[in-house]
Amino acid sequence: MTPHAVPVPAASSSFDVKAVRAQFPALQQQVHGKPLAYLDNAATTQKPQVVIDALRHYYERDNANVHRGVHALSERATAAFEASRRTVQQLVNAVSEREIVFTRNATESINLVARAWGDWQLKPGDEVLISAMEHHSNIVPWQMACARTGAILKVAPIDDRGDVIMEEFERLVTTKTKMVAVVHLSNVLGTINPVEEMIALARRVGATVLIDGSQAAYHMAVDVQAMAPDFYVFTGHKIYGPTGIGVLYGRESLLDAMPPFLGGGDMISSVTFEKSEWNGLPYKFEAGTPNIAAAIGLGRAVEFVRDIGFEAIGAHEAALLAYATERLSAVPGLRLVGTARRKASVLSFVMSDLHPHDIGTIVDREGVAIRTGHHCAQPVMDRYSIPATARASLAMYNTTDEIDALVVALDRVRHLLG
Amino acid sequence: MQDLHDLYQEVILDHNRRPRNFGPLPDATQSAKGHNPLCGDKLTLSLKVEGDRITDVMFEGSGCAISKSSASLMTDAIKGRTVDEATELFDRFHQMVTTPSDQPVDEAAVGKLAVLAGVREFPARVKCASLAWHTLKAALTKAPDPAKTE
Repeated sequence: MTPHAVPVPAASSSFDVKAVRAQFPALQQQVHGKPLAYLDNAATTQKPQVVIDALRHYYERDNANVHRGVHALSERATAAFEASRRTVQQLVNAVSEREIVFTRNATESINLVARAWGDWQLKPGDEVLISAMEHHSNIVPWQMACARTGAILKVAPIDDRGDVIMEEFERLVTTKTKMVAVVHLSNVLGTINPVEEMIALARRVGATVLIDGSQAAYHMAVDVQAMAPDFYVFTGHKIYGPTGIGVLYGRESLLDAMPPFLGGGDMISSVTFEKSEWNGLPYKFEAGTPNIAAAIGLGRAVEFVRDIGFEAIGAHEAALLAYATERLSAVPGLRLVGTARRKASVLSFVMSDLHPHDIGTIVDREGVAIRTGHHCAQPVMDRYSIPATARASLAMYNTTDEIDALVVALDRVRHLLG
Repeated sequence: MQDLHDLYQEVILDHNRRPRNFGPLPDATQSAKGHNPLCGDKLTLSLKVEGDRITDVMFEGSGCAISKSSASLMTDAIKGRTVDEATELFDRFHQMVTTPSDQPVDEAAVGKLAVLAGVREFPARVKCASLAWHTLKAALTKAPDPAKTE
């Protein structure tokens, strides 16, 4: 075994992966007696100390409900909560903080749009266009919306490499198309979709566009003004923030025109038994007490990412992807699933006739955490006629040593089961 | 720490490589489909029940080493047994894989199936080992829907 048969990428001068890793407590542990190699970032990323501290600070010092009290704690909690919203607004370069709605996760963000926009706009015979690489969270809400409204779900196919076939996509965008909902970066294939081109096609027919940025948000800078979707959704826990907090970006005029999603406290300006008036944006879509701590933690996570910078993160992850692609491709019997022209550091693979579940169990005993299964994307598995894949997904704190550990562990798999 | 060899014992690997009673059963009297949505494992179990006895059994499908070998071992264990005996074996197997790993299992009660006792150390894999057995129960009770592990 020569772990460095492939040239190790030169460390970027502005990016010190050791210093980055040192800020993540969970990475400093051993699993089954081996150093943890956490390669399951597409499922969720680990949290830096500053995020953990922000949660702790909120609960130890500022815990109070937001937008309600006049007392000091409530004012501090509200200020921190709203500061996070502005941080997120800056992250995606939204025009206004009124365009940033806090939800529980990306799934809830999509459901919000499928309900509030879908039930309002979709009519029988209208079409909703998604791609064949969507996560279940960007399939099922639209199936449900179609069932309620009589609209029809259309699926743009993908090719063997994992790219959307753009000729087919273009053919499917017609005057019947009312919603185009596509993933920015595939959680299984790593494909980075040409969303600008897709949005331009949707614009020609006046369709509304939702981009699922759950995976993109931690890999790349997103500028919603430049990209110009109507909706862009992502989740906090994949961008080094806490679970339980998600984001819906929506174009202000559209959010303003939309009916609310959930009814309750905070989303109203006045209530009588006869009639209630809705609150302004973004509160119209934030019924009930939100996950205040997680929102504050997300703001801190975004600051953390911003301070390192997507340029440095992108360069590091691109080098890791190149290294991992080369090393994994050299593993006997291993086949990568997802080799799109533009892709991020997500590597799905199958190994001869070995089941991914067995692979996952065995590499776990070597301290290597990967995901196995259908990745909440069963249609993608069907597309490639496989029941499941194993997946290594790399984040800013991963190293070439960890990829080497995976390759060594896969060697163990072959020896044990091969 | 439980060693991987306790999970992937030679008997299990052998049944994974060369599953017994694998294929269709044209004269089956009852069958059921099992599905583990977590990992995509799917199997079809076909039984020929004559009187109260399982005179033949075959399975087909795809799955991980644990689910495939468990199905293979199960078919060997129930072939020729009465329905009541097979049901009793289901209970004993179920008890074995759900007994906490720090407690001993009654290996005599399950015979060759004891090689799967190691699965207890791998909670995420207990469902893999149980899939064939849940499918058996569905086939014996002729439940109309696919058996699921969750």
